[in-house]
Amino acid sequence: MSGTFLGMPSLPVFGIGNLHEHEPFPKAAHRELGNTQLRANLGHATRTIRDKRLAVVSELPDWEELRDAGRAVKESVMARLPELLEQFEANFTARGGTIHWARDAGEANRIVASLIREQGADEVVKVKSMATQEIGLNEYLEEQGIAAFETDLAELIVQLDHDKPSHILVPAIHKNRTQVRDIFLREMEGVDPELTNEPARLAAAARAHLRRKFLSAKVAVSGANFALADSGTLAVVESEGNGRMCLTLPETLITVMGVEKLLPAWEDLEVFMQLLPRSSTGERMNPYTSLWTGVTPDDGPQNVHLVLLDNGRSAALADEMGRSALHCIRCSACMNVCPVYERTGGHAYGSTYPGPIGAILSPLLTGITAEENNSLPYASSLCGACYDACPVKINIPDILVHLRGEDVDSKRGKKKLPSQMDLGMKAASWALYSGKNLGLVEKALPLGRIAAGPDKKITKLPGIAAGWTQSRDIPAPPGQSFRQWWNKEHQAPAGPAAAGTDVPGAEPAGPKENP
Amino acid sequence: MRIALFATCIVDAMYPSTARATVSILERLGHEVIFPGGQACCGQMHVNSGYFKEALPVVANHVKAFEADEYDVAVAPSGSCAASVKHQHPMVARRCGDAGLEARAAAVGHKTYELSQLLVDVLGVTDAAAQLGSYFPHRITYHPSCHGMRLLRLGDRQLDLLRSVGGIELAELPEAEQCCGFGGTFSMKNADVSSAMLADKTANICGTGADLCAGGDASCLMHIGGGLSRQGSGVTTMHFAEILASTFEDPAAVTGDVRLTTGRTAR
Repeated sequence: MSGTFLGMPSLPVFGIGNLHEHEPFPKAAHRELGNTQLRANLGHATRTIRDKRLAVVSELPDWEELRDAGRAVKESVMARLPELLEQFEANFTARGGTIHWARDAGEANRIVASLIREQGADEVVKVKSMATQEIGLNEYLEEQGIAAFETDLAELIVQLDHDKPSHILVPAIHKNRTQVRDIFLREMEGVDPELTNEPARLAAAARAHLRRKFLSAKVAVSGANFALADSGTLAVVESEGNGRMCLTLPETLITVMGVEKLLPAWEDLEVFMQLLPRSSTGERMNPYTSLWTGVTPDDGPQNVHLVLLDNGRSAALADEMGRSALHCIRCSACMNVCPVYERTGGHAYGSTYPGPIGAILSPLLTGITAEENNSLPYASSLCGACYDACPVKINIPDILVHLRGEDVDSKRGKKKLPSQMDLGMKAASWALYSGKNLGLVEKALPLGRIAAGPDKKITKLPGIAAGWTQSRDIPAPPGQSFRQWWNKEHQAPAGPAAAGTDVPGAEPAGPKENP
Repeated sequence: MRIALFATCIVDAMYPSTARATVSILERLGHEVIFPGGQACCGQMHVNSGYFKEALPVVANHVKAFEADEYDVAVAPSGSCAASVKHQHPMVARRCGDAGLEARAAAVGHKTYELSQLLVDVLGVTDAAAQLGSYFPHRITYHPSCHGMRLLRLGDRQLDLLRSVGGIELAELPEAEQCCGFGGTFSMKNADVSSAMLADKTANICGTGADLCAGGDASCLMHIGGGLSRQGSGVTTMHFAEILASTFEDPAAVTGDVRLTTGRTAR
């Protein structure tokens, strides 16, 4: 699609757009942690969704089998992605749709803008979509003089406030209803100045505002949750009905979808339509599921387009350890159970994709060295709650560790001076490389006791260890290590038999080292 | 049974009483405990920080140390270190291209158990008071560490063992399954988030009115205990092995401000 395309692109082609952490995660997290309103809202909201999810998941006796099936389907899609994409293209085209291939965010944005311009439109209505956020479509269209109106209530709130979403499913999770009322009063044209913070009145205000847009828009832009290769069908799963309005009323419908969203066949929806609503909103079923297959004469949009987006997905697919991140169905269950996300919120992650999945997906799409994305894989205590919650069993903790390795390796030999962490790890590798070395280090334990002093605790450490002592003491080390105690206890010259009945089968005297 | 103790580096150097308690419990059950002297560390800190190259010699040392002696099973008083031996060691070897080490690591991992796993699943301990003489007349609460819970699926093994200790009073910990925020070098690299997680954990612990928080991983207990100490709380932490090893005649030394419970009679 690019006008400057000359021969084969160099590989890998990494993703661009809103996929980047612009400052190191710890710095961003520090700022967000200071926002007490955010933390209170997030704590309340994530706890509520967590409990709802657990309740509806526990109803299904075959939940684990469904998760296994979801993973297996996605694995098979990734294994034969080119073939399935071509099958989808053939079916979608045969039913009157038009396919566009976009290598990255820039290409996708240009395609969408030119399709809108072809219709002579200067405004579009939008269905909530992660892909269009990822590529920064709204910002691009604004530069081109095209106004894009978000129609999902939470997206609308965020857009009116000139803010960014902080959660992929509940983008305004960081706002409470009084804040929402204030945004509406400030930004919404023709709003009732007596508007209160009652949910019903807020919803009515949004409804009146959106209705005008639905009825006037000639072009809609959407994302897609699924694409079915065997029929060329696209699917959007939503809660508010705004999606249904966008997908049926305008004359032109443009969908932007990551290539990984494909499913082989209709039957696969059976698995995913059970996994997705339960994992995302904690509902047995979502209120609106819209499916469309090309153009239906005289019914719905007559001009139907799909932009298939790579934007780093091929690069992620090439990473054997990381590729299962592409299995993600954007349910957000991992964020709702993540203790880090719960405290920092989504903005701390910089990228469109926050939380545990964002911490792996963003650097996989952009490459580990892009901006500050190498700080994202460390934004986890590796507690594993995300893996347990993931409906398609993405082993997020293992991929986080894999990407930490990529980060460390990407810096080897490039730094003028090793970091404190590098030096610490090297020293620890020596100390923990043999029982003999650890035994030597343990001889210094009494020094730690001196440092701890009469309070028997260490309260201040220098360098990176200061991070520990900012909120935690370290107890005084013991007078002797276990190893020293054991060796003393088992010092008997004649071996096990002489050690007495208290210590059956003791080791021969002295430390036994590996050569 | 001949049981090889993997003390783990943190217990060996900082909490020797936990390893001594482990030895005491196993010997009381009539088993023979050996301590392979070549052992040092599982290397989890290196792996989880992305230093695979530096982790390899640590992993290789562990495998070698636990191949050096004849024994039936190995045991670690830690869910995290046992999980590392079982799950991470073969992965590190594979990533570093050492297929031979991968197979040997898998064999060692296969024989390695976390302490409550060994006690409940292999040695059939269901009543600590009756089978071990465990007696600990204190009001405690219990934090299940993440790796034991999610990587080893320990379930309630540690908690059930604690419940069966004579004289003990157990207070349920709200939001027990939430991580304490330790996460190895996470506690330093992301100290602010880690501290925020810790603050919620310690608040929940203090809210139970317990005098002590028990757990199965010395590292998490050091983290939680370090926070409680900094906050000036009288509540301390203790490994469940020490509580199981405690008897009426030889009670565990409790360092914090612990009151004796009065609800139950001594066995």
